[in-house]
Amino acid sequence: MACDAQSPTQPATDTSCPQVVAALGARFDDIQASEFRGQTRVVVPRDSFLAVMRFLRDEQQFDMLVDITCVDYLHYRGAEHRFGLVYLLLGTRHGKRLTVRVYLDEPDLVVPSVVSLWRAADWLEREVWDMFGIRFEGHPNLRRILLPEEFTAHPLRKDYPLQGRGERHNFPVLRRGAS
Amino acid sequence: MAVELPDNVLVTRLDALANWCRKNSLWPMPFATACCGIELMATGASRHDIARFGAEVFRFSPRQCDLMIVAGRVVMKMLPVLQRIWQQMHEPKWCISMGACASTGGVFDTYAVVQGIDRFIPVDMYVPGCPPRPEQLIQAIIDLQEQIQRGKGIVSQPGPVDTPKRALLELPVLPVLPAAMGGLPHGAPAVVQQGGQSRGV
Ligand code: SF4
Repeated sequence: MACDAQSPTQPATDTSCPQVVAALGARFDDIQASEFRGQTRVVVPRDSFLAVMRFLRDEQQFDMLVDITCVDYLHYRGAEHRFGLVYLLLGTRHGKRLTVRVYLDEPDLVVPSVVSLWRAADWLEREVWDMFGIRFEGHPNLRRILLPEEFTAHPLRKDYPLQGRGERHNFPVLRRGAS
Repeated sequence: MAVELPDNVLVTRLDALANWCRKNSLWPMPFATACCGIELMATGASRHDIARFGAEVFRFSPRQCDLMIVAGRVVMKMLPVLQRIWQQMHEPKWCISMGACASTGGVFDTYAVVQGIDRFIPVDMYVPGCPPRPEQLIQAIIDLQEQIQRGKGIVSQPGPVDTPKRALLELPVLPVLPAAMGGLPHGAPAVVQQGGQSRGV
């Protein structure tokens, strides 16, 4: 078991896993880890991302992918990168959680898909593609999932206007009695 | 020339008779996409009971309906469906826009939500509120019944066509679109001009 059971002095919500961070640091370079209120976060370079995720699933028993989401740091104070992908992992055997982050910059918005590791990533990656335009390399079916197929923008990007670019008005008008 | 009529015979105009029949047996098509749909269901249920106004026969097939009640926000992915259902309904037909969202987009002034269904289909009655009380919807049905009774009758298309709706006048300038539903260019690259008269596109 990668993580020990919680010690009685820790709060019940402590899901931090320093052992996993130590194992990651021993195996991979360039892993930055931080901890906040019993939650562990690691920042992974994109080149080793898929290997890290495979390591976490196969050797650290993170068998469940809870969510994938993305943050657009455009105009964010002190931000160094444009996009930050967030992967939330859970090990159902040891009850530990881990947040894995990858930073991306334009124009190279590509990241390896983890559908081969967790099937749950399928729709989650499609949603991130739909809303942020991040391409997941190796995804079997990277299509829009929420917006219509004809939509051309990625509306959760911060440079997309809230009220859209007129997509909501682009329909024929039906009138009464003309037919 | 006076004609002697038996006691149980009434003379009227055929139009008035047809309108009287229509207004007292409205068959609503519930297009309930959001929270307003709950009030719509409450209106149909026993406490408020729109059977008292002859409009209790909710049908989920547009072919059987003549009153579309749009209850809830309509997003741009849903609007082609709404238009198709409206076209599938037989004439004469009427439309009630229930709630702030269906009428104006409500608080959802975002890229995905249509800012008032009356921009794209004809609407006869607007019900304000978020959500409207069932009494308000019933009042709209009563008002619509009056309007149907005053309507043009069986020879022409029903409903008022003389007063254009305010929101229709404010429509942004769009490219020429096909009347048929076939070549629907929704979601195509934005071609809306940020013209002076369009309202916050
Ligand atoms: S008007 Fe209010 S209750 Fe009705 S659909 Fe909109 S938000 Fe919901």
